[in-house]
Amino acid sequence: MISDLSNRASEWLCGIGPMHDVVVSSRVRLARNLAGMPFLSKCDARQKSEILEKLRIAIMACDLGEKLTYVDVARATPLDRELLTERHLISRQHAASDSPRGVIISDNETVSLMINEEDHLRMQVLRSGLQLNEAFDEIFRIDAALEKVLNYAFSSRYGYLTACPTNVGTGLRVSVMLHLPALKLTGELDRALRAARDMKLAVRGLYGEGTDSLGDFFQISNQITLGRSEKDIVEEFLSVIVPELLNYERKARQALMAHDATDIEDKIFRALAILQSARKITSKETMYRLSMIRLGVHLGKITSFDLKAVNELSLLAQPAHLQKILGREIQDEERQKVRADFLRQRLKACSS
Amino acid sequence: MMSDDRKCDKCGKPATVHLTEIVDGKKLEKHLCEECAEAEGITIKANVPIGQLLENIIQHAQETASGEMSQNAAIASAPANEDVICNVCGMSFAEYNEHGLLGCPNDYDAFGEKLAKAILHVQDGSDRHVGKIPANADVMLTLQNRILKLRSDLRQAIHAEQYEHAAQLRDTIKAIEEQQAK
Repeated sequence: MISDLSNRASEWLCGIGPMHDVVVSSRVRLARNLAGMPFLSKCDARQKSEILEKLRIAIMACDLGEKLTYVDVARATPLDRELLTERHLISRQHAASDSPRGVIISDNETVSLMINEEDHLRMQVLRSGLQLNEAFDEIFRIDAALEKVLNYAFSSRYGYLTACPTNVGTGLRVSVMLHLPALKLTGELDRALRAARDMKLAVRGLYGEGTDSLGDFFQISNQITLGRSEKDIVEEFLSVIVPELLNYERKARQALMAHDATDIEDKIFRALAILQSARKITSKETMYRLSMIRLGVHLGKITSFDLKAVNELSLLAQPAHLQKILGREIQDEERQKVRADFLRQRLKACSS
Repeated sequence: MMSDDRKCDKCGKPATVHLTEIVDGKKLEKHLCEECAEAEGITIKANVPIGQLLENIIQHAQETASGEMSQNAAIASAPANEDVICNVCGMSFAEYNEHGLLGCPNDYDAFGEKLAKAILHVQDGSDRHVGKIPANADVMLTLQNRILKLRSDLRQAIHAEQYEHAAQLRDTIKAIEEQQAK
C-alpha cells in the first residue's frame, strides 16, 4: 500500500473543503487504552505485542464502513515511516519509537488508527477545510463500533484514562491547520497566536508537537480535555476560535491588498519564478514559496493553476515523497537538485 | 490567631503546638508543648514547608469531618513530601513527575490528591469528566482494576517461576474477560 501512496496526494489534503482560503484541514483524535492493561511506560515488549495483536485483530474484524489496511510500523523501512509522517498518518513520535507498533489506515487516508503510540490506541479522522462536525461524527461512529468489542480504561471521575493526564476525560484533541501568511506579513501573527494561547489552545507547526511553522501553517488545538463534553469542545472551535482567526487573516489580506498590493504581488510572482527556475532548493524554502503561491491563488493573482495543485506540490516535494517518486534514497544535497527539477516539471505541466 | 502565652493542656509548660481538629463535626482546639505533642504521636517535621503543613491540616480536617479519619489526624500520617507508589504497576509519583506519563490506570486512584492537584492544574480547573461514557461503563468500572491487579500478579508469578499459580491467574483473567464479552 505504501508504494501506492507516494505519487499522489491524500484525498483529504488534496480536496477543497469549506473555508479553504484559511483552513487547510480539520482533524479530530481520540486517545483510548485497554482496560486491565498497564499503560505503555510499564509494559514490557511481550505486553506491547499482546496489545498490538489484540487491537489489530479487533479493529480489522470491525466493519467501519471503509476498506482498512494494516501497516506494521516497527517493520516498515525508515523511508516508509517518514512517508507516513509526511502524510499525517502517523505522528513523528510513532515513527521514531522502538516499540512493537502499527497503524490501520482507511483507503482514502481520512482515518488512521495508531496502535501503541503514547496510548494503546490513538484514532484520528482528517478532513479538508473546516469540517470538524463531519470529522467528529465519523470518529464517534468508529469509537462506538470499537467499543462494542473492546473494553477501555475508564473512571467515573476522570473519564477515559490516558497515559498523560493532559488527555484524560474525553481523550479528544480537535485541531485545525490554518494558513496565515497575511498575518505574518502584517506583523500581527504574534498577537493572534497569543490570543489563541490565552484561550488555552496549543499552537504548533505543520507536523504537530515540537515542529516548526513551515510555510505559515499553524496547527491550533484544544488543550483542555476534562470537564467539557466532546460536543462543547468542537462547538467552541466552530463558533469562536476558527471564525475569530479566520477573520483576522482575511482582514490582514484585505489590508495588504489595499495598502501594499505591489509588494504582495511582487512576493507572489517572485515565489512562482523561483520555483519555475531554481536548480536546487531546500524543502523549507519550497514550503515558504508555496505559501506565497497559495496566497496568490486565493487573492486571484495566480490563475494558471489551482489550490489542488499547490496542495499536491506541498506534499510531494517533502523528502520521503521525493525519494519514493525517484525510487531510491538520496542524500540532502542531491535531494535539493531533484526537488528543483521535480517542481519545474510539475509547474510547467500545470501552466501549459 | 493563637496567643503565644498559652499553656500546654497536659503539663502546663508553654505550648508550642496548636491544633484544631474536627471530630464528629465539632471543632476541638489543642495546645501542647513539644514533648507532650510527641507523646501523643504528633510530630512536626522541620523540613515540611509551612504551606504543605497547612494543606495537610486542611485536607485532613476535611477528611475527618467526613468521618473517615481517626483522632490526631491533624498532622498527616504521611507527610506531603513522602512519595506514593502504585501497588499494581510499581510506579511512584516522583517517577511520574519526572517523565510525565503514568504507568497504569490504577495510578489515577493510587496517586490520589497529589495527582488530582496536577490534573486540576493542567486541565484549567476541571477535575471531573462530563463527556461520553462507554456503553459498558458500569461493568468495567468494577472489573477493570481487578483485572489490572490480576495481570500484575501474573507477571510477578511468571517472573518468580510459579507457573501453577500463573496458570490459575491466567484462567481467572480469561474467565472474567470472556464473561464481559458476552
